Amino acid sequence: MAESRGATVEFRSVTKRYGETLAVDGLSFAVSAGRICVLVGPSGCGKTTSLRMVNRLIEPTSGEILIDGENVLQGDPTALRRRIGYVIQQTGLFPHQTVAENIATVPRLLGWPKQRIQARVEELLALIGLDPRMLGRYPAQLSGGERQRVGVARAMAAKPPVMLMDEPFAAVDPIVRERLQNEFLRLQRDQGITVIFVTHDIDEAIKLGDRVAIMRTGKLVQYAPPGELLAHPADDFVAQFVGSDRGLKRLSLLTVGGVELAPLDRAKLDGAPVLSPSMSLRDALAVMLSSEAQEATVMEGDRYLGALTLQQIGRMLRVDEPA
Amino acid sequence: MTPGEPLIRWDWIASHAGEIGLRIGEHLELTVIAVVVGLVIAFGLALVALRLPAFSAPITGTAGILYTIPSLALFAFLVPHTGLSVLTAEIGLVSYTLLILIRNIISGIRGVPSDVRDAALGMGYTPRQILWRIELPLALAVIFAGIRVATITTIGLVTVTALIGQGGLGYFILLGIQLFFSTPLLVGALGSIAFAVVADGALVLVQRALTPWTRLR
Repeated sequence: MAESRGATVEFRSVTKRYGETLAVDGLSFAVSAGRICVLVGPSGCGKTTSLRMVNRLIEPTSGEILIDGENVLQGDPTALRRRIGYVIQQTGLFPHQTVAENIATVPRLLGWPKQRIQARVEELLALIGLDPRMLGRYPAQLSGGERQRVGVARAMAAKPPVMLMDEPFAAVDPIVRERLQNEFLRLQRDQGITVIFVTHDIDEAIKLGDRVAIMRTGKLVQYAPPGELLAHPADDFVAQFVGSDRGLKRLSLLTVGGVELAPLDRAKLDGAPVLSPSMSLRDALAVMLSSEAQEATVMEGDRYLGALTLQQIGRMLRVDEPA
Repeated sequence: MTPGEPLIRWDWIASHAGEIGLRIGEHLELTVIAVVVGLVIAFGLALVALRLPAFSAPITGTAGILYTIPSLALFAFLVPHTGLSVLTAEIGLVSYTLLILIRNIISGIRGVPSDVRDAALGMGYTPRQILWRIELPLALAVIFAGIRVATITTIGLVTVTALIGQGGLGYFILLGIQLFFSTPLLVGALGSIAFAVVADGALVLVQRALTPWTRLR
């Protein structure tokens, strides 16, 4: 684990029973190394219970959870937890420790030498974009967004191959949340950590997830990449959960460059809006609707790539109805 | 008091300065022993109450009953067994610190936010590390509030132990009563009050030094 490198995570028929109640019922799915898997569903669906079984804050009743093929249920839970990043909604920052001490938590538990800890803390502070003067501050002196960033930095400190995140951005306002999500995506790609992320917000799941696991009453209903989830919801529950605007949501996952463009008819395109191929189809649609154009020109730099029509976007919108 | 006698005879104080210093030292010693021993016992009992909730009510209940026993009666009861000794004095003094200390240690530790505890456990702290590195530091403000009350109470109560031959500044109060002489009475009473005020101030300073994070917003 010297360099950050994600591990695979696999649930094999994991069940958690509280008395007569099945909180998690035969859950099986696998997360590839370095990917983000989002567990999403209404409250009480078992998503948080599932997450907390990975670092054994909750012990499964039956089943196996494998990290890089190794069953986490064998061996010492404390040692396991030090290898897994953990971020929660209320941050759980230690109020009596400074930002630097908070970030250094797991490296200190692992007994890293002082200099290595200090170097890592400074590196992380730069990664999360906090001023070095913040190192000596206490959590109470930080804004909600800063606290959440420190929470993520603390979880990443010992370069864990897996990180668990339980609604980490739910307590901040929407503008800060969006910024935190973008920063987190960049950080996650950069560090290559495998992430299991719990949220009740389907938009957040679609935005962050490489794969999204939709859960209901302890069962996995559908496990798919966000685009597929929106295009082919497994049943009415999923279709309803992802929202009746799932076609529009899907457009935000697709880019202009991914569409087979129509040939250019220069006469028609005079004065038409210009789009770049990296733009999402949702943004392209907004541009075209606001300029009342039927067609738009797609250009990469100075080069014409083709034309995009409203009919083409419409075709992408017509996603399959649930079977 | 004897008519015509001034309330305070400064010459008496001057001629007894050495003895007053000695009694202050004695008062300090009786207080420190009582609070430190009380703290150790209270800490152990509070941990038992926190780990085994079934013991919580019996522990605080017993400490509560001890607290209600009149001090004079307690010393009268103890003297036949332990004599006119420091031990007798301390048994009483320690008993009276327990209720407030146990209660404050328990509520201080229970007051640690659950997300903080959850994060600590989830990142690989052992339960023992959570107690010493997370729960106790965070409970310190509440525990110190208990220590302050226990200390002030004990300083006042030490004067009563003059009746069993201990007592620190209480000795002068007893002397003043026996001789109908107001000067030692006032030295004992005002000295004890001043001592309590100074001790409380010192504890506030210690607490501030130990919990810097509680003073910033």
